[in-house]
Amino acid sequence: MKARVTITPKRAVLDPQGKAVQNALEHMGYSGIAAVHVGKYLEIEFASGDTPQIRQKLDEACRRILSNPVIEDYSLVIDES
Amino acid sequence: MNFAVLQFPASNCDQDCLHAARSLGHSASLIWHKESALGAADAVIIPGGFSYGDYLRCGAIARFSPVMQAVQQFASQGGLVLGICNGFQILCEAGMLPGALVRNRSLQFRCEQVFLKTLAHDSPFTCQIPTNRLLRIPVAHGDGCYFADGPELEDLKSHNQILWQYCTAHGDVIDDANPNGSLLNIAGICNRNRNVAGLMPHPDRACESMLGSTDGRTIFESLTVSFLKKAA
Repeated sequence: MKARVTITPKRAVLDPQGKAVQNALEHMGYSGIAAVHVGKYLEIEFASGDTPQIRQKLDEACRRILSNPVIEDYSLVIDES
Repeated sequence: MNFAVLQFPASNCDQDCLHAARSLGHSASLIWHKESALGAADAVIIPGGFSYGDYLRCGAIARFSPVMQAVQQFASQGGLVLGICNGFQILCEAGMLPGALVRNRSLQFRCEQVFLKTLAHDSPFTCQIPTNRLLRIPVAHGDGCYFADGPELEDLKSHNQILWQYCTAHGDVIDDANPNGSLLNIAGICNRNRNVAGLMPHPDRACESMLGSTDGRTIFESLTVSFLKKAA
């Protein structure tokens, strides 16, 4: 079982990395980009376990350590395969 | 006065802080991050560096070290805690100070002398800084851009928790004097109880004339005077 955690900066937070990537893309001719946000992606593997329980624990871990709720949002997907 | 200087894996200003405190006539000892007690500390300094390699976020992992439990308890009893650079990031991650520090607006690591304006002279960290005296102190960081949401910033302002702002050599708080994009040019803040403070600039690197500035001493002197007043 694998959990996928995506962490992105909150929209109100300055994201100079996103802006730099956007500028580079535009410079290369990729037009029509409204915004780029650079975040983090984590894969967390479990040998076994109960999905609702894992989700509950990971939700807590996302708030406590994996993301900083002051500056970041997160999304959590659990892949049961 | 006895300073406890915390030491995490990849702290790199721990020796600077020890040296600064001792050169000012105080005793100071290093406290390893796995310790669960602070010993006979009168004040705690969380030094600069890259604790845990800055993995995940600056300060995110250090805040869960056993020693930080002891620091939280020390602070909850009114103990003085100063976080410098990475120490400021750790205090924010630990929720002991509001807000967070994110990547510099320029995406550059900035290592230079800055000028600081002191906004509140009534804290244990600023009480010996003469009014209208600007401090010239170096910064050295890649993630020093202070962020807090609107209501939190208002709260900081209304409780006089903004201790230092980046300014020009003439004391103007303008965007050109802001090395990292911090909201309101914030360089350092304290908590509501005024016993925990953090700042990105390094007073520990500005305590001897051979280093180009002795302005950092005023912060250490403030701590000493506040501590002695409280102990009396």
